[in-house]
Amino acid sequence: MAFKQVSSPHAHAAQNTSQVMKLVLLATIPGLAALTWQFGWGSFINVVLASVTAVCCEAAIVKMRGRSISFYLGDYSAVVTAVLLGLALPPLAPWWVVVVGTVFSIVVAKQLYGGLGYNPFNPAMVGYVVLLISFPIQMTTWVAPLALLPAGAAHPGLVESLQIVFAGYSPADGVTGATPLDVFKHSSGLLVDQVYDREPLFNQAMFAGAGWEWVNLGFLLGGIILLYQRIFTWHGPVGMLGALALMSIIFWDSGSSSSPGSPLMHLFSGASMMGAFFILTDPVSSAVSNRGRLIFGVLIGVLVYVIRAWGNYPDAVAFAVLLANFAAPFIDNYTLPRTYGHTDRRRATEKEED
Amino acid sequence: MSRTWVTPGGVHPPENKHQSLTQPIGQLPIPEKLIIPLSQHIGAPATPCVEIGQQVLKGQVIAQAAGLVSIPMHAPSSGTISAIEHRPIAHASGMLAPCIEITTDGADTWIEHQGISDYEHITPSKLIEMVGNAGISGMGGAGFPSAVKLNPGRQRPIDTLIVNATECEPYITADDSAIRERAGEIVEGIKILSAILDHPTNIMIGIEDNKPEAIAALAPHVEDSGISVVVFPTKYPSGGEKQLIYILTGKELPAGKLPADEGIVCINIGTTYAIKRAVIDGEPLISRVTTVTGDAVGTPRNYDTLIGTPVRHLLEHNQFDGQAGGRVIMGGPMMGFTLPSADVPIVKTTNCILAPSYAEIPDDDPAQPCIRCGMCAEACPVSLLPQQLFWYAQAEEHDRLEAHNLFDCIECGACSYVCPSNIPLVQYYRAAKGDIRKAREEKVKSDHARERFEFHKERIEQAEREKEAKRAARREATQQAKADHLAATANGGAAPSAPATASPAGAVPTSSAADIIAAAQARAAAKQANPEDQRAKLERTIASAEQRLKMAEEKLAEAINEDSGKQDKLSAAVENTRQKLEQSKSKLAELAE
Repeated sequence: MAFKQVSSPHAHAAQNTSQVMKLVLLATIPGLAALTWQFGWGSFINVVLASVTAVCCEAAIVKMRGRSISFYLGDYSAVVTAVLLGLALPPLAPWWVVVVGTVFSIVVAKQLYGGLGYNPFNPAMVGYVVLLISFPIQMTTWVAPLALLPAGAAHPGLVESLQIVFAGYSPADGVTGATPLDVFKHSSGLLVDQVYDREPLFNQAMFAGAGWEWVNLGFLLGGIILLYQRIFTWHGPVGMLGALALMSIIFWDSGSSSSPGSPLMHLFSGASMMGAFFILTDPVSSAVSNRGRLIFGVLIGVLVYVIRAWGNYPDAVAFAVLLANFAAPFIDNYTLPRTYGHTDRRRATEKEED
Repeated sequence: MSRTWVTPGGVHPPENKHQSLTQPIGQLPIPEKLIIPLSQHIGAPATPCVEIGQQVLKGQVIAQAAGLVSIPMHAPSSGTISAIEHRPIAHASGMLAPCIEITTDGADTWIEHQGISDYEHITPSKLIEMVGNAGISGMGGAGFPSAVKLNPGRQRPIDTLIVNATECEPYITADDSAIRERAGEIVEGIKILSAILDHPTNIMIGIEDNKPEAIAALAPHVEDSGISVVVFPTKYPSGGEKQLIYILTGKELPAGKLPADEGIVCINIGTTYAIKRAVIDGEPLISRVTTVTGDAVGTPRNYDTLIGTPVRHLLEHNQFDGQAGGRVIMGGPMMGFTLPSADVPIVKTTNCILAPSYAEIPDDDPAQPCIRCGMCAEACPVSLLPQQLFWYAQAEEHDRLEAHNLFDCIECGACSYVCPSNIPLVQYYRAAKGDIRKAREEKVKSDHARERFEFHKERIEQAEREKEAKRAARREATQQAKADHLAATANGGAAPSAPATASPAGAVPTSSAADIIAAAQARAAAKQANPEDQRAKLERTIASAEQRLKMAEEKLAEAINEDSGKQDKLSAAVENTRQKLEQSKSKLAELAE
């Protein structure tokens, strides 16, 4: 009677990486629903198109590397990257924008570095930044939110949206418009209150920009679900949102004409919530310890605000995340947790204690 | 109720304890063969003191403690010694080790034994001796000889005695059921421990809140005894020594320190029962409670199992279904190790035999890439970064591993348990620790060799320099003599002045060479200086000499019988060995003085 030889532990928790990824995908549904409700079918098409492209790219590369396609596609990581990129891209962007971005994300930013677990930068954000720099016009044309559509007009239906995306049809007048962060970027000479009064984006909104506040609430909800499921800890998101709020309070300037906007607007506009809960929580490219992730989040929050307020881009989550990815190994070096029985934290590069 | 502290991390695997608690502790028929490994503990293996064919009684010493950190072994039942040889034992590596096999006679006849009831009036050292003679080693996990743990040769007095009744591993209920049925004797054992340790101010039984029956069973016995039963929430691994100390006292054991350095003794509750039996009843440790559980056995329950019982015996009496599962685990599902076969015996540390079905513990899925999700770090009870350790273990970056405190890992398995990518993290850490230890040893060796080589080179050079200096001196002397001679012949015989011989260059070793020599001398001195080492060495020498002597005498006897003409040679050899033995013994006696 010979028994199987296996090393301990023998018991395993039921959760596996595919389930983690699927849960992340599920948690994006409130955000995607809000985007579709407020901005039409564009984001939905982006997400589907990006996912198909990503799965094809991943399969091709895995095949080229001579690995098992079903095993590597089964972890759903390519789909997660694609969905996040699709959500970040402007609705009704031409199909080739989505495809180019996804190919770059999966092939260059992820697989060329060794695939899942080895990419130093957030693949979705690499794809996004490549697109933003290469195709600025397509990347800055946003659809107007529901509340701002001209009287009697509606977002294009699914078929019309597909025609716009794939056949290059132009959307009807008034369907595209500025984002709240754009408004503040170009609001020279006006007090914040005046901006809120005059701009329909704000006077039609509850607190942070028509449509956008719903999208951000959607991602906040999804993020809270993931937090509750312990997919990630609170450190990164709280670090980023806290820093963003603090920066916007410090530089609020009591709503003068040079104020970059209110804390509420910064928290609930642009990609703030999506960035906080879905982008910087990518564990592969972030810092590793809880303390490190807190610092990582704070760094992103500060960078987002700095670029939004004084940089050339209205939103900055992608740039901030990539810059923080650079800093992650450095942060890791100084943020090892204190181990049981030791009086001090150690540094990652420190040699054996003498 | 006393305050408790909460350790970081930890996991809550399904407890699966109820299955084996439906019946009281059972008794198995005596197995035909008992296999007693000579090393069931940390320290030197015991030395056999019986011969093949010898009759032994239950409780008779069959192997003696070899040195200070060792324990004797006793016959768990009466019978005949049928083999003294290497057998497969319960070890994670599946290795063979020396064992004594007893073929039992079924009579189970006890050797004469006697305990003492008024242990209060006996000196602690005498009590410790009794514990040591009873062959008691820690029954919770590592198997550290209890007498050594209780020995007063420590820096500071013990103010806290912690009795570990945590039993945090899933499935295992050996301590739980023992407490339910033997609470009185266990508390008696704790009182003996208290007497040995000169009555520590704090005596705590640490137990998880998933054992309400055991807690209730202890309650009447600890009343007014100064022993407190401290209940804390169930979480794996609360039963690790370091974790339990923190939970009960809020103190962290500094890295590299023993509990005794902090005035704490931590002892498993099963061991306290064994101590009671040893002191009050005079019985050595020859049986223990072992849980047999898992879906592949018919009736999961606890048994009072004789040490040396083959696992096969336990499984067969429990309708084990070999088709239902693939592995049999000694210990729990978190830290237990798989057995190579059912022939290995139960030892003093075996708290559980787990035979899970495939449905309970399926074969592992292939590992997926680490995504550094950090769930392992959240689960780690000692606040390590398992994902980073894994990364550096793969890359074999030893410096980084040490900076990340790899050696503080207690191998509890919580990280692997939660890993969504199914990475066998603990296995990576074990391998990395082994590699680092090996590298350290090799470094010491190579440093030593290099020093020796440098010293050797230095010595050769020095000799060369001295020779050269002598040659130079001689040459000078000859020239001087010649000159003197010439001068003498010229001047008419004035006494020649002695040539000024400069001290030869390099006669004094250079400072670095001096360092090397000093270091070598210091090493040699250190080897000499430690009397315990020296004593252990001498004891080893004596033991081996005795064996050689015995063998030589046997050969001699044989030769005399056969009249082979080798008698002279052999008797000389016997005499030689005897002399060596005498020498070692006298040295040992000297040392003892």
